[in-house]
Amino acid sequence: MTGRTRNFYLIPYAAWMLLFVAAPIALIVYYSLFDIEGKFSFTNYQKFLSPIYLKMTLYSFWYALLITLFSLLVAYPTAYALTRTKHKQLWLLLIVLPSWINLLLKTYAFLGLFGTYGLTNAILETLGLGTHQILFTDFSFIFVSVYIFIPFMILPIFNALEDMNSSLLDASRDLGASAWITFRRVIFPLTLGGVKAGCQAVFIPALSLFMITRLIAGNRVITLGTAIEQHFLVTQDWGMGSAIAVVLIIVMALVMIATGERKRGVKDA
Amino acid sequence: MRSRNGTPANAYLFVVFLILYAPILYLLFYSFNSGGTMHGFEGFTFEWYQEVFQDTRLFVIVLNTVVIALLSAAISTLFGVMGALAINRIRRRRNRNALLTVNNVLIVSPDVIIGASFLILFTMAGIKLGFISVLLSHIAFSIPIVVLMVLPRLREMSPTLIDAARDLGASGWYVLSRVVLPFIRPGIFAGFFMALTYSMDDFAVTFFVTGNGYSTLSVEIYARARHGISLSINALSTLIFLFTLALVVGYYLMNRRGNRRPGWGAPLP
Repeated sequence: MTGRTRNFYLIPYAAWMLLFVAAPIALIVYYSLFDIEGKFSFTNYQKFLSPIYLKMTLYSFWYALLITLFSLLVAYPTAYALTRTKHKQLWLLLIVLPSWINLLLKTYAFLGLFGTYGLTNAILETLGLGTHQILFTDFSFIFVSVYIFIPFMILPIFNALEDMNSSLLDASRDLGASAWITFRRVIFPLTLGGVKAGCQAVFIPALSLFMITRLIAGNRVITLGTAIEQHFLVTQDWGMGSAIAVVLIIVMALVMIATGERKRGVKDA
Repeated sequence: MRSRNGTPANAYLFVVFLILYAPILYLLFYSFNSGGTMHGFEGFTFEWYQEVFQDTRLFVIVLNTVVIALLSAAISTLFGVMGALAINRIRRRRNRNALLTVNNVLIVSPDVIIGASFLILFTMAGIKLGFISVLLSHIAFSIPIVVLMVLPRLREMSPTLIDAARDLGASGWYVLSRVVLPFIRPGIFAGFFMALTYSMDDFAVTFFVTGNGYSTLSVEIYARARHGISLSINALSTLIFLFTLALVVGYYLMNRRGNRRPGWGAPLP
């Protein structure tokens, strides 16, 4: 039967993929090899290795790392608490619901919340802590990013916790392990797949978000994403923008490989 | 353990919920403020809603967004189903996984990279930036999602069903339309719905390929938010929030109804 039925569904799908996955990547690599005058050269990559760009890349990574870490710290206990509630699916839906609301609207809300006369400052004022400049700081950038990404971290961890066999916890307790040891030796290792999936879902976008940096951090924080947007849409230096994009693609591939073992481990189990 | 951890865990969940919903409620609340700012509620008004409803430019943009979402979801569902059928037919595990990896490239790629590379692609191909370029990019990033939603259903389907249909004399098209498609229908619906929401939610990719003169809601909100606070955005966000809520509740109910039939649930995104 395999030989008889030709796989003709493959043709439109493969054609589409070739056109919109392979071609764009090839084009971006191609463009990165031309300088702003349209001459073939490696100047873009040389420029990328200059201190300005390296510093930006380093900062971008540092911010993405912080955002991922804080998201994980908030999301893990949330996911854990969620699995212990009655009507879990409903609660989960409520947690996920804000992520369906346009990202820009949520970001925009923080312009009000964090503004000089906004709610946050009003609360700080009543607590006697005084008014602070919250917008356009590193703090606001990281807070808003974490806010945006939390649901994406909660979901895979929640699923991993749900898949865990609860009799293992009973066994661990019966054998005299404390709650902390049970968590460290049983729960966390068993949900590592979910944690990796969550980190992957947060880290890569955190490297490249540019609208949050633009709206919330002013131009204080420049990430790889902001730099790409800047080169493509403002300075029109597509070559340099492509070079940064190529670097980002390589980083993405590395992150995928680093968190990739999960797929074999979890899906076949 | 539940009784011991119950209260702090619930308190924690409550705080997370509060933070997740605070910005959204904040937006909704101030959409009724006659004061014109997102602080200091002066009086109740529908002024900003009137402004939204009288804004014909905005109306056109909303229409654009809906048209793009429906069209791109429909077309990507068609291609996505073909893609899933194609991947499912590949017998060799290695080839199948390779194709799946290619499929996932656009899902994990940061939006900036997709946007930038598509911008190059459309410029090289001589496609004018606007409706067509936005539609094509939305179809492109939705197809892989549809494939991922449809494929699990296909893999669940027992091959004996197809053999039985064949033995009873059904033609290839008949098998597809009467056996395969009805079986994977929940996956198709889930894929269509996901494509719809991805399209409506997308900002970054659209921002790159939209050109001058053509705009979708996300791009418009970004442009307005960059100019600072305007309460018509708040009014707009209330309307979008209600619309999203209706959509999610509708999907949830549809899913629940589907669940009553044995094994007919599409995975919650």
